[in-house]
Amino acid sequence: MIILIVFLPLIGFLYCAFLGASFHERFAQLITTIFLGLSTLFSWFIFFQFLGKSDTQIFYLLNWITSGSFTVDWALRVDTLTATMLIVVTTVSACVHLYSIGYMSEDKSINRFMGYLSLFTFFMLMLVTSNNLLQMFFGWEGVGLASYLLIGFWHHKDSANKAAMKAFIVNRIGDFGFALGIVGVFLIFGSINFDIIFNNAVKFHGHIFFFLGFNVSTIDTLCFLLFIGAMGKSAQLGLHTWLPDAMEGPTPVSALIHAATMVTAGVFMVARMSPLFEFAEFTNIFVVFIGSTTAIFAATIALTQNDIKRVIAYSTCSQLGYMFFAAGLGAYNSSIFHLTTHGFFKALLFLSAGSVIQSMHHEQDMRKMGGLFSKMPFTGTMMWIGSLAIIGFPYFSGYYSKESILENAYFSSSVLAQYAYIVGVLTALLTAFYSWRLLFMTFHGESRAAENVYNNAYESPIVMTVPLAILAIGSIFSGMLLSNFFIGEKQDIFWNYAIVLAHGETHHMPFVQTLIIKSSVGVGVLIAALIYFYKTNLSKALSDNLYPIYSISLNKWYVDELYNNVFVKPFFYLSSFFWKKGDINLIDSYGPNGVSRLINLFSRGLSIFQSGYLYHYAFVMLGGLVIILTWFIYY
Amino acid sequence: MSITLNHFLFLGAILFTIGVLGIFLNKKNVIIILMSIELILLSVNINFIAFSTFLGDLSGQIFAMFTLTVAAAEAAIGLAILVVFFRNLGSIEVQEISKLKG
Amino acid sequence: MIIYTLSFYLFSGVAVLSALMVISSKNPVHSVLFLILSFVNAAGLFVLLGAEFLAMILVVVYVGAVAVLFLFVVMMLDINFVKLREGFLQYLPFGAILGIVLIIELGILFLTKNFSEMSLVEYSLIPQITSTENTKLLGSVLYTKYFYLFQLSGLILLVAMIGSITLTLRKKGKSKKQIISNQNNIDSSQSVIKKKIKIGEGI
Repeated sequence: MIILIVFLPLIGFLYCAFLGASFHERFAQLITTIFLGLSTLFSWFIFFQFLGKSDTQIFYLLNWITSGSFTVDWALRVDTLTATMLIVVTTVSACVHLYSIGYMSEDKSINRFMGYLSLFTFFMLMLVTSNNLLQMFFGWEGVGLASYLLIGFWHHKDSANKAAMKAFIVNRIGDFGFALGIVGVFLIFGSINFDIIFNNAVKFHGHIFFFLGFNVSTIDTLCFLLFIGAMGKSAQLGLHTWLPDAMEGPTPVSALIHAATMVTAGVFMVARMSPLFEFAEFTNIFVVFIGSTTAIFAATIALTQNDIKRVIAYSTCSQLGYMFFAAGLGAYNSSIFHLTTHGFFKALLFLSAGSVIQSMHHEQDMRKMGGLFSKMPFTGTMMWIGSLAIIGFPYFSGYYSKESILENAYFSSSVLAQYAYIVGVLTALLTAFYSWRLLFMTFHGESRAAENVYNNAYESPIVMTVPLAILAIGSIFSGMLLSNFFIGEKQDIFWNYAIVLAHGETHHMPFVQTLIIKSSVGVGVLIAALIYFYKTNLSKALSDNLYPIYSISLNKWYVDELYNNVFVKPFFYLSSFFWKKGDINLIDSYGPNGVSRLINLFSRGLSIFQSGYLYHYAFVMLGGLVIILTWFIYY
Repeated sequence: MSITLNHFLFLGAILFTIGVLGIFLNKKNVIIILMSIELILLSVNINFIAFSTFLGDLSGQIFAMFTLTVAAAEAAIGLAILVVFFRNLGSIEVQEISKLKG
Repeated sequence: MIIYTLSFYLFSGVAVLSALMVISSKNPVHSVLFLILSFVNAAGLFVLLGAEFLAMILVVVYVGAVAVLFLFVVMMLDINFVKLREGFLQYLPFGAILGIVLIIELGILFLTKNFSEMSLVEYSLIPQITSTENTKLLGSVLYTKYFYLFQLSGLILLVAMIGSITLTLRKKGKSKKQIISNQNNIDSSQSVIKKKIKIGEGI
């Protein structure tokens, strides 16, 4: 069954790639969506099995590489972590497929779009079901490729192409660290199979190696390198610049890839390698630092963005920061729980935003929206549900996962735990603020759109509202129902050594702290209401008076410009130098061009022999005769 | 000192060389080429006869006779070609005969 | 012995010198005449070697036919002497070097190997070896053992003759010939034209 789950999307992609153009485009959409629906059903079936009893199963498929002592097989591993990821990936992907049928209905390359979506899902499933690091890397690279293809889907748009390239290249930088990590793991452990690594991890706990004059812990270095890969894939601070530009792709793409699945691959990888990360003290501190800093960094940028999708993108970045610092503190179960709930409500937010964009005729600027609730009540309600989930409103799904993360931060003994906790609370405030800012600017108040655009705004067709409803159910109930299994009493049975669990006593946060958290969230909502609902000219006044802070936030802390000047421009200069001087002048002129010129010269010289004069020919004959004679004499 | 076979052979060699030199050293006219070919053939004949005498085998002289025949035939045809060529080109200077230029 | 040595050196010296003059004289007629001299000296050498039939044949065929043919052609072609002298020295160094190399190598080949134990003097002084004359010997071998080659050489001469005639024959131009059969098959329609003429006017 797991084989079907993983390979049905691949079959969907192959159909779209080879046969999709031959038939009516409806078939491509139907087939891929149905296949993915089947995958989703099977995934939930497996998940329910795991709720009852969880054991690790490995399905061996094929032998891949056998080279000396390095053996790698294609094998599918199903344990609790995999089952969790399976339901997240397949559910969100199926909803996105269904939604795309409506959203991309006017696009003429919808066949290609559905194919790419299925391809992406296949790679992601490959990643989560992998049994060794190389197969995971295969999936890792594959989702990077699919993300490139999908971001640059509208390839006639120049900005889309650039964004796609940026995404791929920044990802690549992370992948380089990941690859180094894989090589290091093979060097140390002799194999890259997960079982072997996990069983032997404790043996290498104190192992150090000598590097540039320092004694460095081996496991720390390995985990650090692997984390660099996770940073690239999950858009953490430093390698985050591609995520907002990735919004150039169609909205379903953003929902699938940049909300629920690909960007969570980094978190998944850290959780999967948790037996290894357990022994890497320095790296864990680093992870906590990066995670929490990213959380607040992205939240500050989201405060002032005007594009509706960018706000949600930075929100994703911020929530990923939460997941990472939870993982860094050793609370892998909270991290995965938040990943699951986040998948539901972020996809919901993105798809609702997509509905809004489509009904406003592809207008994405929030300053030109407003008052849409009366026109699109269902979508507005969906957006409210998603926002309530993200801020952690009690009994919605985000409440359980966020509270557990903050609780772990409060009670953790890690060095940066307090820093993480304070940052987490502040970020919750900011999250509330920008989420409600988005709601008020889009759905409430007076309309700032043009007359005819506003009048033509319509509610989405049913094929787009059904996925929203499914995701909303997930957003509301997944926290309540699953918290016991993920972080509650049944966690040991549920996880069953799939990831490392922190075996401390179950604390409950002091009442003061929970009050602080809830009140900060409330304060955020109120401020947003004040600025954007009641006194709408206050926002302008604030942005004018606090212009430096405002512009730092609006321009994404100038990171892009910094990278451009420090890395990109010198690199371009260097490569253009190598191209012009090295390649063209040096290699080409001695290589191909040089050889052809040489041949020209040579043949021109040789053609002098063909003079037409008889005595020249006779002369040459005589010369040849003399040579032969000499050879005969001396041989 | 007595004349041995080697003397004759060396004489043949000298005549041969002179003939070969004559083929490409002349810029004057093409008839010299034909005459040089006759010289070469003559030197070959001397070789044959010398070998025939000193080895006691008569086939050297037989072959020399055939060489004679062929040389005469070839001289005739060569001159015929020359005459026709002169009719078409108007000159027999070697420098102007470059129709084979490639 | 001395006679033989002297005559050998005389004949060969004149032969070599006249060969040199063939290729380096200004006047082509002089070249042909020097060629004739070279042939005659070679014939003398042949006599010295005991092949008198071939010597005479050389004189008759080469000198009498081929060289005269050369002379005819040289005189027939209108050659300008002055123009022909240039360019000789251009190739002389190369040619000289090559010639010297050739002679040296042939000399190494011929002077250092012993092909035969006998010397000319030994041979000529043994009359019983040549009990019959040269001509008779040649004849007895040529028409029996080498008959096939003999016939072939005749064919070669035939081909040469046909070849030269074909090459130099001019079809039309200078001579007007009659085709008799056409002449005999003429009738009045090809030679007589009737025209109606008015009285007092011409054609």
